[in-house]
Amino acid sequence: MAVYKRGYEPYEGRLTPQWSRFLIISRYAWRSLSDSKWLLIYLVLCAIAPVVCAVFIYLPHNAAVAELFGKFRLIEIDPAFFQTFLRAQGQMAFILAGFVGPGLVSPDLTNNALPLYLCRPFSRTEYVLGKMAVLAVLMSAITWVPGLLLFGFQAYLAGFGWMTENWFIAAALFLGSWIWIVTLCLLALAMSAWVKWKIVAGTLIFVVFFVAAGFAEAITATLHTDLGHVLNLFEVIRTIWHWLFRQTDNPRLPIAVACTALAVFCALCYLLLNKKLRAYHVERS
Amino acid sequence: MQPVIELDGLEVRFGNRTILDHLDGSLSGRAIGLLGPNGAGKSTLINTLLGFYRPFRGTARVAGYDIRTGIRSVRNLIGYMPENDSFIAGMSAVEFVRYMAELAGLPSDAALERAHEALFYVGLGEARYRKVEEYSLGMKQLAKLAQAIAHGPKLLFLDEPTNGLDPPARQRMIRLIRDIREKGDLHLVLCSHLLRDVEETCEEVLILKEGRIVHYANLDEERRLNRKFVEIETDVEGESFAQGLRDLGCECALAGARRLKLVLGESTEVRDVYRVAAERGANIRRLNFRRDSLEDIFLKAMENGAAPPPLPSAAVNGASNVA
Repeated sequence: MAVYKRGYEPYEGRLTPQWSRFLIISRYAWRSLSDSKWLLIYLVLCAIAPVVCAVFIYLPHNAAVAELFGKFRLIEIDPAFFQTFLRAQGQMAFILAGFVGPGLVSPDLTNNALPLYLCRPFSRTEYVLGKMAVLAVLMSAITWVPGLLLFGFQAYLAGFGWMTENWFIAAALFLGSWIWIVTLCLLALAMSAWVKWKIVAGTLIFVVFFVAAGFAEAITATLHTDLGHVLNLFEVIRTIWHWLFRQTDNPRLPIAVACTALAVFCALCYLLLNKKLRAYHVERS
Repeated sequence: MQPVIELDGLEVRFGNRTILDHLDGSLSGRAIGLLGPNGAGKSTLINTLLGFYRPFRGTARVAGYDIRTGIRSVRNLIGYMPENDSFIAGMSAVEFVRYMAELAGLPSDAALERAHEALFYVGLGEARYRKVEEYSLGMKQLAKLAQAIAHGPKLLFLDEPTNGLDPPARQRMIRLIRDIREKGDLHLVLCSHLLRDVEETCEEVLILKEGRIVHYANLDEERRLNRKFVEIETDVEGESFAQGLRDLGCECALAGARRLKLVLGESTEVRDVYRVAAERGANIRRLNFRRDSLEDIFLKAMENGAAPPPLPSAAVNGASNVA
């Protein structure tokens, strides 16, 4: 029977598994993002650093180049090299979060869509996971995925011995990236949930980082203590990466302080999200 | 019949304010109306049943599932049409309804097919590729209805479905609700402050006031009973006429010298009343079926609402009325 002639009928067919339904949110969010040519251009820009790094990894292993430079090493492929790569890509991920993140939750809040999501067999956690997955996939594509490819490339060229000596670089790339991705996702979604205007929410993400960094510098300068840097999230994540990549020079923050600061920051973002992501809000008196 | 909704001392508080105050009873009708003035707690009750608000005390069960422990199972069964404008920005109606159906668990292909069907069914077939935010208010209401039914729920919550609709659109919405009730194997709960909406679509009515149940009415039963209550005015003293009616098997009371109130017997028809009047030499000046409309019921409930009687489950399950 033609669709337009059909009346109301109950649905008796099969259902999709409960656990996979949060991915539907990611799929639809991705569909609306993928229309943006700016995102495509940005992702291409994000690929520049990995390509340059791949060239730097390749050159010392090229016979002609090695002959040209002799014993002079163009660049050392060591943990610091990969940490620098992660820092560069981490900055790109940060900018990406600032532009993509606000558009994920705020339109749903503006249009009262949360009751529609939450009246279905679907929890707030799944909603957040679904939205986060989009950002996480995009950020993964510019952080740990190219990072591990570069690591694999270097291991291929330098040999198995180099890989067994430097396995922690791969772990640091993976873990360090994910710590940063989760932090940025939580911040982006929290800002997106609290500020309905996308542009303002995006701006707030940058403000949180840069203003906090400014405060951190002011506290450090006036109180003559390095602990002021706990407010500077760039410094905090840098300290954690520093530790993960087994760098020997002393960072400005102790690792335990940096980890605690990041955990507190993530918990704060989670609480903000948890408070705002509700089907309906009530005035309590 | 298994109760659709069971309320077990349900109490909901927002801060210090008690919004729902110890609601008890069970409802098993096909179409249940929640009536009450603004702020009575109708939407709060629906939202609590949907798991949006946590009960402060007591609990409720929807189709046997406790809302405290089995809210996911409850949500598996329901469709919900919210009161306010609710949609996903940037999506056409068909994408929107498909998305909602997929979230309810339908596979992508089935969701698309059901989305088309639901939109044609509610009358948005020709406009289904337009973005929902570009719809008029009436069309948005219909789109919300489509997303609520697309996945074929067992229980449909409609929160003020005719809000903001012009008379023709309202009629259309009421027709659709009645049609869904008749065709589908589902129960529906309609929350409204418009008496006519509830009267035209529901079999049972729960009237709330200040967070309490002030009355339960089985409208089908009311309608049946209303057909049996008659008020008569004659041109002569009514005692003899009244006796004749009693002989017919009617319950009869004089409401004045020339006025009678009677309940027709099981086998008594109105033409029998005219026949007795002719035999007793009484001319009937006026004969009214007593119309205890939902408005009467509602107004009485509002008057009596200050001291609400507790409603035992049996009374709510059964056919209590406000005769």
